[in-house]
Amino acid sequence: MMTSTGEAVLFWVLAPAMVLGALGLVFARKAVYAALSMIFVMVCLAMVYVMQQAEFLGIVQVVVYTGAVMMLFVFVLMLVGVDASTSAVETIKGQRWIGILMGVGLGTLLVTVTARAALPETVGLDEANSETNPAGLARVLMSDFVLDLEIVATLLVTAALAALVLTHRRRLTPKIGQPERAAARMLAGDHPVNLPAPGVYARHNAMDVPALDPEGNPIEASVSRVLRIRGQEHSLDTDVTTLVATRDAAELTGDHGTDTAAERGGQNDDTDAATTEGEA
Amino acid sequence: MLSMLPVATEVAPAMAAAGFWQENAWLLVAAPLVSAGILLLLGRSADRWGHWLGLLASTLTFVVGAGILVDLLGSPAGERVREVDLFSWISTSELDLVAGLRLDPLSLTFVLLVTFVGSLIHLYSVAYMENDPARRRFFAYLNLFVASMLLLVLADSYLLLFVGWEGVGLASYLLIGFWNHVPAYATAAKKAFVMNRVADVGMIIALGLMFSTFGGLDFTTVLAGSADASEGKLTAIGLMLLLAACGKSAQFPLQAWLGDAMAGPTPVSALIHAATMVTAGVYLIVRSGPVFDGAPTALLVVAIVGAITLLFGAIVGCAKDDIKKTLAASTMSQIGYMMLAAGLGPIGYAFAIFHLLTHGFFKAGMFLGAGSVMHGMNDQVDMRRFGGLSRYMKITWLTFGAGWLAILGIPPFSGFWSKDKIIESAFVGEGWQPWVFGTVALLGAGITAFYMSRLFFMTFHGKQRWTSEAEGTGPDQHPHESPILMTLPMIVLAVGSVALGGVLAIGDGFVTWLEPVTGHVEHHAPVIPVPVIMAATIVLVLLGAFLAWRQYAASTVPVVAPRGSLLTRAARRDLYQDDVNEGLVMRPGQYLTRSLVFGDATLVDGAFSGLGRTSSGLGRALRGLQNGFVRSYAAMMALGIVVIAVVVLAVQG
Amino acid sequence: MEVGNYLYLAMILFAIGATTVMLRRSAIIAFMGVELMLNAANLAFVTFARIHGDLSGQVIAFFVMVVAAAEVVVGLAIIVAIFRTRKSASVDDVNLLKG
Repeated sequence: MMTSTGEAVLFWVLAPAMVLGALGLVFARKAVYAALSMIFVMVCLAMVYVMQQAEFLGIVQVVVYTGAVMMLFVFVLMLVGVDASTSAVETIKGQRWIGILMGVGLGTLLVTVTARAALPETVGLDEANSETNPAGLARVLMSDFVLDLEIVATLLVTAALAALVLTHRRRLTPKIGQPERAAARMLAGDHPVNLPAPGVYARHNAMDVPALDPEGNPIEASVSRVLRIRGQEHSLDTDVTTLVATRDAAELTGDHGTDTAAERGGQNDDTDAATTEGEA
Repeated sequence: MLSMLPVATEVAPAMAAAGFWQENAWLLVAAPLVSAGILLLLGRSADRWGHWLGLLASTLTFVVGAGILVDLLGSPAGERVREVDLFSWISTSELDLVAGLRLDPLSLTFVLLVTFVGSLIHLYSVAYMENDPARRRFFAYLNLFVASMLLLVLADSYLLLFVGWEGVGLASYLLIGFWNHVPAYATAAKKAFVMNRVADVGMIIALGLMFSTFGGLDFTTVLAGSADASEGKLTAIGLMLLLAACGKSAQFPLQAWLGDAMAGPTPVSALIHAATMVTAGVYLIVRSGPVFDGAPTALLVVAIVGAITLLFGAIVGCAKDDIKKTLAASTMSQIGYMMLAAGLGPIGYAFAIFHLLTHGFFKAGMFLGAGSVMHGMNDQVDMRRFGGLSRYMKITWLTFGAGWLAILGIPPFSGFWSKDKIIESAFVGEGWQPWVFGTVALLGAGITAFYMSRLFFMTFHGKQRWTSEAEGTGPDQHPHESPILMTLPMIVLAVGSVALGGVLAIGDGFVTWLEPVTGHVEHHAPVIPVPVIMAATIVLVLLGAFLAWRQYAASTVPVVAPRGSLLTRAARRDLYQDDVNEGLVMRPGQYLTRSLVFGDATLVDGAFSGLGRTSSGLGRALRGLQNGFVRSYAAMMALGIVVIAVVVLAVQG
Repeated sequence: MEVGNYLYLAMILFAIGATTVMLRRSAIIAFMGVELMLNAANLAFVTFARIHGDLSGQVIAFFVMVVAAAEVVVGLAIIVAIFRTRKSASVDDVNLLKG
């Protein structure tokens, strides 16, 4: 059965985009980008489901996959550390070529098999979906697959428990509370109080700019560690300090140079947005 | 012609009246065995008192043995064979064997010989081994020997006898190789062990034959059954027993180990390789008397072996310069006398045991004397380096002299009473046998007189030929008398050498005592009148002694052995017995072993290790795939899926 | 357009997912590859449901999603646990599977 023109157009738009997004999974350098491509593919897949008269699955795809599963992935990425960027150097000898060969071979094989398969005439789901797709699905699910449903429910509960057990850490050392932490900090001596806040409070309204000490030197520790590792902090040495250096001491203490600050703030806002997107 | 009482096969029924000593007969074996175990297990912590424990255990056995003897003497001759059942040993449908002790005049004679001489030698060893760091171990082995030897002579079945037989073999091996840090001594121990194993094969075959013929292995069954068994089977059993006896008693052709066995400490040579263990073969033959009675051929072979060894040992004894090896050759020759006597049949059994007993005393005494001489002469054994020692070691000289006169057979010393009887018996019989055996025995007496006198004169008389630092021939010698602990046993044994034979010969007392075992034998006249034999013997003995005196006491003895005649040179090398053994058995055996080892290494091992190498190489090659990387595994899975899919598609066409 | 095109798309996505598993060293990205393969399979199920006019295919796709969710929970928990002990999320650092 030939599909409608609208569906054909949508398919030819979505399919290449999905393949490109999937390839992003293979080639993206940073895990966050890979996760983003994955989300993209999944959302497109949801559309394809809807197009294929599987409205319920399309919704579930969005809710479960993009909403829950991929969010979990991104969350774990945060936990594991955004700095865990992968080096391009292959550690297993020949693995890259074997992998590419196997991937291409598998793809070729699967496509060949599909091409050689004699598909029957498409029936379509109009009849099955006569009482709307969710109702039809529910009828099948609750009649033919009711036992499977129960088993899967058990599996889900077990998995939740398993995740609890796996990530649970037994406390081996005495609990460190606020008093102990304070005492340790005093004992160590280098930072008795909070780390300095970033430049937001110094003179630049941005997270990625270090604060300045009273003598006008940047305080590295004031920028979030994550930003520093990612290389997303703005060094005072390059742009900001030149700015400082052009002014004399009187200007430093008196005039704040609002226009430049606003300009920089705007730039920083852009970067911020990108960062947020990347983390999502 | 010979009438024999069949008492040997009947056990006195008077078991109910078992006395105190008889009930505790098991102590004879248990006491020294336990002592040996204690000494070996406790290790160094027993070093300080270990030898006294050994002596105590040995003395205890003597006391028990003496108690049983008194017990037995108090009962009539018909009740002097008793059996003490200990426990059910082997219980099968075919064979029901009870481990038990047989107390009869024969075994008791041995018990007393072993325990008495053994205890004396234990005492002697306390002093002799004083400076040896392993003295405790020595006493443990000695006790093990005493236990095994007593088990051997007390066993009431051939199988239990075999246990003791192997036990003494083990003890002998351990004691010959006691100083096994000297490779030559270790080799000597191995030689003795291996030659004894050869003989043991005979024993095992004899056991098998007995079981198949009589259906049992205890003396009662076998000895009673041999009256009805066929002569062929009895001959086979007899010859196999003879083979066993030849190994243990160093008889021709398995005699070569005895000379080397002198590597052991001298008390060992005295106890094991002169007085007791080496006479076990004679015991075996006499004990199996009824078997040999039914097999005249086997008996004749026994006599021939005895006669050959008698001359062989005597000739070798004339040429040896090592005092202990001369004594060893003499032992061999004297056991040859005993075997000859045993080979003469019931007429000689009692005399064989009689000579065994007297020989045990005078030979042990002489060995202890030799040990005393070595003790005073820095462990020197070369007689050409002795001489004139009588002045420095009075007690040793006197006791040794008593032994010397005893072995020569000078009346009234012990040896005369036993040896003369053997020579007389050898002349009894018909046809060629009395003439041959009699002449050999007579000649042997003369040669014995020569070499024993040679030993005696070279050691104690003549000029001093001691080594000295100045000549560069060895350490300076300061001969001195041994301590009382050593001389005391020698004195006791010397008393035995002098008087034992005469005492036991009174009214044929010893022969009568043994009659329950050997049977009563009517007196038979030798082919030559007895006084003539006696006179000839004494003349020959005196002649031998005179020749020795002329050559070794009256004239100077060269300190380096002269080249000597062909016979002398051959005798020095044990009449080439070692060479014959090496050429006939050892070399071919070594070649066989070597070729087998070669075949094993190349063919069998090659095939199997090739197999192993192949699989381990395969494993090594495949291990590369197991690199532990999940991604590699994923790739392999993908490969597998692709291959499977391709195959399925290809098959489907 | 033929409905079979959806199947080609599913096959290609599956191959790309498999390639991801083989090539990427980050455990999280490799895991995403697995998810992609599952999704590709789901697409095939949904397409087959349409071809045959039978909703069972969709039901199975639904089950796959549920199982995948459970798998993700456990899998990510394992990754977090490994990262905690080994300070790394690279699958190559966990090569204790070798013989």
